[in-house]
Amino acid sequence: MIREQAQEMSIRFDSYPENEQFARMTIMAFLVDLNPTVDEMEDVKTAVSEAVTNAIIHGYEKEVGQVLLTCTKVGSRVSITVTDYGKGIEDIKKAREPFFTTRPDAERSGMGFAFMEAFMDEVHIESEQGHGTRIIMNKKLHLLQKV
Amino acid sequence: MEFQYEAGSGSLRVFAPREIDECAAGRLRTEVDELIDSYQIRHLIFDFSNTEFMDSSGIGMLIGRSKKMGYTGGSVEAEHLSARVRKIFALAGLPRLITVKEERRYD
Repeated sequence: MIREQAQEMSIRFDSYPENEQFARMTIMAFLVDLNPTVDEMEDVKTAVSEAVTNAIIHGYEKEVGQVLLTCTKVGSRVSITVTDYGKGIEDIKKAREPFFTTRPDAERSGMGFAFMEAFMDEVHIESEQGHGTRIIMNKKLHLLQKV
Repeated sequence: MEFQYEAGSGSLRVFAPREIDECAAGRLRTEVDELIDSYQIRHLIFDFSNTEFMDSSGIGMLIGRSKKMGYTGGSVEAEHLSARVRKIFALAGLPRLITVKEERRYD
């Protein structure tokens, strides 16, 4: 049911790559009642996957830490945050550049932020070195009109 | 979950899983490289018939395999892409590195 007042959910999980799928599925389950189109679902899924992967691969690297995923829906507006308490981003401007990666050795494509930006309306990055990173992503879903 | 492969006369077909994220990409990378080396593969084919989801970790894995095959003069091809995977390929400029078969998948 689509409500005009905000509804929020949050989950916290360990930074294992296996949990990326868990994060995607949780977001999908939370948003399904907004009747998003298949494309919108895929867009959100990909963006969440990118942000969570960044937290795991770059935020924590070899360590295991906690990732916090929250999602708020207000009407057809969706806001998602992905937070890690890892090492932080040295240069946010560079990190946003397509194909830029700090880990070419690990075969990273450098497309993470480019994908988040391609699939969401807005992407904000807050990061402090040694303290962690928070990604905030907003998207308005174009709801199917009721007849 | 097990991934499926088909190898014969210098070519290897990789049946890509339903979802390619960091977790799956990491395993594919290791397994495909082992097969390329042990069967002296010259022609690598990624079959995306079952793939519904791929993120940039999948892109990184594909670029890596394309480079590896490039060193030995081998080739890489991608087949049966869904509209979604096709879009991801286009955004990352992958069709410049990997030959995408242009048949349509009906879904």
